[in-house]
Amino acid sequence: MTANHETLDAALFYLFSLLALAGGILCITRRNAVLSAVWLVVSLLGVAGLFLLEGAEFLFVAQIIVYIGGITLLFLFVIMLVNLDAAAKVRQFRRSWPAILVAGLALAAELIALLGRGRLPVITGNAGSAGNTEQLADTLFSHDFVAFELVSVLLLVAIVGAVWMGQRRPEREALQTEHGPGVDA
Amino acid sequence: MTHAVSPLHYLIVSALLLVIGTLGVLLRRNIVVILMSIELILNAVNINLVAFSRMHNQTQGQAFALFVIAVAVAEAVVGLGVLIALFRNRGTVLADELDLLKW
Repeated sequence: MTANHETLDAALFYLFSLLALAGGILCITRRNAVLSAVWLVVSLLGVAGLFLLEGAEFLFVAQIIVYIGGITLLFLFVIMLVNLDAAAKVRQFRRSWPAILVAGLALAAELIALLGRGRLPVITGNAGSAGNTEQLADTLFSHDFVAFELVSVLLLVAIVGAVWMGQRRPEREALQTEHGPGVDA
Repeated sequence: MTHAVSPLHYLIVSALLLVIGTLGVLLRRNIVVILMSIELILNAVNINLVAFSRMHNQTQGQAFALFVIAVAVAEAVVGLGVLIALFRNRGTVLADELDLLKW
């Protein structure tokens, strides 16, 4: 019974890991930004599944609502607002991509080698059994209360900043076209 | 028993996702995709935090991951706002064409 349970856990783990990693790779290699956003959703779903396997149910739900429902939608809106047709036609990667790729693979090899040398205990017990959301709320509203309040201020600042930057200011644009290089279409 | 998933497995997935995100930031020219790659990096961090939270059997790490999500939201909102202002003023979304401050 427990062996079956472990096999299922392992199978789900590998499935969600595959979703997260393959989605990530496809996200950064697509030419069309809309397809990138769609593969980002796949990757984020994989990460959400990993949260669920690790007994973090609240984060699983938060991940789906905030990331997939919120951030990806925002990305799609911006992709529609910003004309990306011109950007899709040109070269997608930097000229120095072979060096960057080698450096990235070296970083991956290094991280995995170092992780393999560390000693970690195998998971025992089940952290998510007794109401994960309740436990998280306890931590959030006692130990991390100040940080929680600060995050609300941060979100307010982000909202104000986004509105301010998204505003159209005709006098500034006139200045740009007079002095700056302006739009090179 | 051979199939047991240890925290190490999660850390390796997290490391690989971090590398994918870093490669995305370094390789791509399109700023929209660079912002998406930053989200991938933050997700890799979250996997790590939740794995350690489970390992030590307490919820502090999950609370931290929740803060990371909130900061990621703020970052995405401001970043995309900057991107729209940028596109309006310069007409490009390619990172290496924005070299006004470069000598």
